[in-house]
Amino acid sequence: MAIGEVHLALLLSGPRHGYDIKRAHDAWFPAERPLAFGQVYATLGRLVRDGHAEVVGTHSEGGPERTVYAITGSGRERLLTWLDEPAPPAGTTGEEIIRKTVVALHSTTSGADAERVLSAQRAAHLRRMRQLQRRSTEQPGGDVDLAVRLADRHALLHLDADLRWLEEAAEALRAQPPAASTTSTTTTTTPTTTPDDQEPQP
Amino acid sequence: MSPDRPSSPDVLAEPAHPLVRLAGLTHAHGRTPALRGVDLEVGAGTAVAVTGASGSGKSTLLHVAAGLLQPDAGSVQLLGHDLARLDDAERAQLRRRDVGIVLQYGQLVPDLPLLDGVALPLLLDGSALGPARDASRAALAGVGLADAEDAVPAELSGGQAQLAAVARALVAQPHLVLADEPVASLDPAGAALALDLLWGVVARGGALVLVTHDNVLAARCDREVRLAHGGVQHDLDLR
Ligand SMILES: Nc1ncnc2c1ncn2[C@@H]1O[C@H](COP(=O)(O)OP(=O)(O)O)[C@@H](O)[C@H]1O
Ligand SMILES: [Mg+2]
Repeated sequence: MAIGEVHLALLLSGPRHGYDIKRAHDAWFPAERPLAFGQVYATLGRLVRDGHAEVVGTHSEGGPERTVYAITGSGRERLLTWLDEPAPPAGTTGEEIIRKTVVALHSTTSGADAERVLSAQRAAHLRRMRQLQRRSTEQPGGDVDLAVRLADRHALLHLDADLRWLEEAAEALRAQPPAASTTSTTTTTTPTTTPDDQEPQP
Repeated sequence: MSPDRPSSPDVLAEPAHPLVRLAGLTHAHGRTPALRGVDLEVGAGTAVAVTGASGSGKSTLLHVAAGLLQPDAGSVQLLGHDLARLDDAERAQLRRRDVGIVLQYGQLVPDLPLLDGVALPLLLDGSALGPARDASRAALAGVGLADAEDAVPAELSGGQAQLAAVARALVAQPHLVLADEPVASLDPAGAALALDLLWGVVARGGALVLVTHDNVLAARCDREVRLAHGGVQHDLDLR
């Protein structure tokens, strides 16, 4: 479950309140269902409980009072550890590979090494693809059950699609160095008008 | 001291001996840098995929490794022979005898019927016509071109020419094959045939360096060396 790590990534560039996190999340992952506020606050509560995030103030300018959260040192460590573990090469598109790659691309100025994340993911995929091909071509008896062969082929081609997407993502990373993140370390004085300073560049 | 005739080291008896050792390879096409210090060692019984975006230097690497282009800096050793220490004739002989090369756009001698075109590495190496043609026939049959031995390259489809280039690369039963997108223009059946033959070299204890942009094919190899901007981005053991 990567949603906690995604929240941590959204806090990397500076403290935010829940509404801000929800908006930034929905901008990073336009293909996913928008985050529900309940889920945001439940996730933040869990991160605080585990010491990965902390409450650093409140923010109430021109609206309801909102709690502002910041990432902790342990949260940062947790995030980088998660980025360093490739998503399981499942063969059917899991959300994790998308989450991890998008987070890596967005967080690369904050200590994550997106190229390394992409390389490790490629390695995990290629190794799995190699296993799948060997099972089909080097079965001791020579005969591989047709159903197994077809299932392996399905997995293989989906992993190939993942890899092509990863290549495009890496290309995008190289073509577009991430914008300097506006580190709003102020809490109670955060302007209300632009809660969404982390939207990806057009 | 360069030997008169490069002798083939016994790769089967010496599995750890690298069949390819590239060190600090640098090459520019005029002012366009294509390789910036590439190191690569390939041991016996290994298939290595060379991948990377187009323009990353894959073909240049293969040409320099094959001795078809001179490096600006760095060294190339094939089967224990430092190419810089061989003269042109010795280099050519090493290639004909022990190194099969398949280039990206399969290049066959234009006016030669396939039977002799594929036999050429053997003929140039002093083999008698009869045995050379027998080996050529077997190689052509192996790639499904038994019926095309009298055809000249202009009469072949792109895929057939590519298959013939694979047959020619394998006719001398080399220990090492350097191939640049050898199956890119083949249909699935032709590709499967060619790949099985190329992997036969690996199974016999030789080595295969395979330039490809195909992830599935890269994943069939034992290693992936990925190039970016003429450098090695990563060198992954896939086993
Ligand atoms: N004959 C040539 N003349 C000038 N530049 C070349 C030549 N061949 C390749 N290049 C350049 O060298 C770089 C590497 O090319 P190449 O080795 O063909 O890459 P790849 O095979 O990975 O597509 C590219 O920038 C390419 O434009
Ligand atoms: Mg090329």
